[in-house]
Amino acid sequence: MLAIARQRMLGQSFKKILPAVSVLRSYSSAAKQITVREALNSALDEEMLADPKVFLMGEEVGEYQGAYKITKGLLEKYGPERVLDTPITEAGFTGIGVGAAYYGLKPVVEFMTFNFSMQAIDHIINSAAKSNYMSAGQISVPIVFRGPNGAAAGVGAQHSQCYAAWYASCPGLKVLSPYNSEDARGLLKAAIRDPDPVVFLENELLYGESFPVSDEVLDSSFCLPIGKAKIEREGKDATITAFSKMVGYALKAAEMLEKDGICAEVINLRSIRPLDRATINASVRKTNRLITVEEGFPQHGVGAEICASVVEESFSYLDAPVERIAGADVPMPYAANLERMAVPQVEDIVRAAKRACYRSVPLAATA
Amino acid sequence: MALSHLAASASRSSSLLKPLSSGLSLRRSISGDNSPLTVETSVPFTSHQCEAPSRSVETNPKELLTFFRDMALMRRMEIAADSLYKAKLIRGFCHLYDGQEAVAVGMEAAITKKDCIITAYRDHCTFVSRGGTLLEVFAELMGRQAGCSKGKGGSMHFYKKDSNFYGGHGIVGAQVPLGCGLAFAQKYSKDETVTFALYGDGAANQGQLFEALNISALWDLPAILVCENNHYGMGTAEWRAAKSPAYYKRGDYVPGLKVDGMDALAVKQACKFAKEHALKNGPIILEMDTYRYHGHSMSDPGSTYRTRDEISGVRQERDPIERIRKLILSHDLATEKELKDVEKEVRKEVDDAIAQAKESPMPEPSELFTNVYAKGLGVESFGADRKEVRATLP
Repeated sequence: MLAIARQRMLGQSFKKILPAVSVLRSYSSAAKQITVREALNSALDEEMLADPKVFLMGEEVGEYQGAYKITKGLLEKYGPERVLDTPITEAGFTGIGVGAAYYGLKPVVEFMTFNFSMQAIDHIINSAAKSNYMSAGQISVPIVFRGPNGAAAGVGAQHSQCYAAWYASCPGLKVLSPYNSEDARGLLKAAIRDPDPVVFLENELLYGESFPVSDEVLDSSFCLPIGKAKIEREGKDATITAFSKMVGYALKAAEMLEKDGICAEVINLRSIRPLDRATINASVRKTNRLITVEEGFPQHGVGAEICASVVEESFSYLDAPVERIAGADVPMPYAANLERMAVPQVEDIVRAAKRACYRSVPLAATA
Repeated sequence: MALSHLAASASRSSSLLKPLSSGLSLRRSISGDNSPLTVETSVPFTSHQCEAPSRSVETNPKELLTFFRDMALMRRMEIAADSLYKAKLIRGFCHLYDGQEAVAVGMEAAITKKDCIITAYRDHCTFVSRGGTLLEVFAELMGRQAGCSKGKGGSMHFYKKDSNFYGGHGIVGAQVPLGCGLAFAQKYSKDETVTFALYGDGAANQGQLFEALNISALWDLPAILVCENNHYGMGTAEWRAAKSPAYYKRGDYVPGLKVDGMDALAVKQACKFAKEHALKNGPIILEMDTYRYHGHSMSDPGSTYRTRDEISGVRQERDPIERIRKLILSHDLATEKELKDVEKEVRKEVDDAIAQAKESPMPEPSELFTNVYAKGLGVESFGADRKEVRATLP
């Protein structure tokens, strides 16, 4: 199990706490630790070095070094022809990126957050995702759309939405969401090398978190397979699925559940589309109970799809109804206490797991 | 000169591209030669932020005869599509280009197959001018395997990547940023080629067009934005949709040229000028003053928002094929009978292609699941009843 270097409390400004470059060691270890930010930066660097067709495009990716410093140093290294600062015109520059991909280049388009991708969503879906199909294979679109997704801290309703469910419902797209540094490196490299359009959903609050990485992960040829989930923690009593930041919460929940004698298996989805139904179903067939965790809106969410898949494939193995933990069904409020209620907390996951195990849990007072 | 780029084109060429002299049934005189001829355009060009090119266009008999044949073929093809649609062999959307043929042939005469073209959904003739065959057109319209997109695209989604034709787009205006992206890639790859991104007067007001134009001007992209102004965005006349219908001026800091889009030679001259400009100075806008005889699509009679007199007036005064016919006859490049014979030949070619297309089968059921991804990774996909129909994506 990977220990998380630092647990972030919601409502506190992430940028105020964290120094510019942090490598926190919570325990002495021979393994190297890198932040998710460093992981993404090194992945971009290595892929740009390996393939001259790869170029970056987005707001502030160049001279500003990246709004979240993910693209730091790349303009200096690769020059303004390959690292392009765009005006604040998502529809225009996303269309340009897709057109460049039609021609055979490999753009990596950054959205400052995925909330702004809605301005460009027609190009992501209609110009990118569907082109290979409509052209019967003539026009493939080797593009990556990346950026922070989901809630940050205190940024309010228009800057906090999770887009995993929306993009993952669309055939022709691949949708990835890394959790730790190994995921960030391996999945981003895979996304850039993949000949299809990939939506790469990062998380702002994870950028500064450090995780141990092996030498294999640090090698420039390292790559993770698309469409394969990872079992972060093995267990036998309940399966918890999660992606991105929620993986950290699920692992914390699993630690707490262990003390109560519930041994939870935590699956880090890594890939939302294609969804690794095989791994999820195999796990549920072993544990007989499922809790899905996501940060986004609950209706028609990722958890809904996972639940349906398990009910279809493994119904007779379920010993309890599937539990869904998701963001609250409201636009994200600003006030810190309301924001805390709008996003899943570790105790929510613990409670749901106990319900799935038919442990008596005092009913929460309804609001 | 006009046919040199055609000779360099992809091996799969339509009969459209073969020099007329290869038709054994024709007499020698119809083939035309390359002896230079200078013709004046119908009207001078109007320019914005640049110096207009001369209205004297260099051409030759071979080119003029090719224009005539190609446009006659396109005209026949679109009229045949109209009949097929009414016979319910073509379904869904069908947007016809008859009247606008001069833009497709004039543009092609000025460029090579290494230059890119991208357009919206009124794409049948542009596809043919890029080297697509009649069989591919009719088969695609009828949803058959021999179609250019194997029957999976339909009327609005014709592509021919090997001659740099990038479609075929259904979302109004989307093709313009995509075209600027193609130009970006051409510049990035140092190919010394340009992209023509075509759009209509309806799309000219789209915000994303201005976003892409801004970036193209900032980054000096070899992008040529071509507004095919047929004066109606579906049922809305240009003066009801645009505060300023002077589309060639709408680029503001980007130069523009207004062109008689019914005059193939004017189109050729303008595109030649634009290509030279774009390679040196970045984006330029061409406004082609053109007209569509059909309504917006086969669901639109095209007569509720414009008078029949207007339509027949344009046909009388400005028809692009008639212009070339008159030119050919006045320069004694062919006789009336010879031109009528060409039209008969072209009609037969279209009929033969339709017959062949009708023979082509519908796609296999397994084709439902192909090409979702370039690299399917062996994942599963599902039909309507996922317990009945599943497939592994290769």
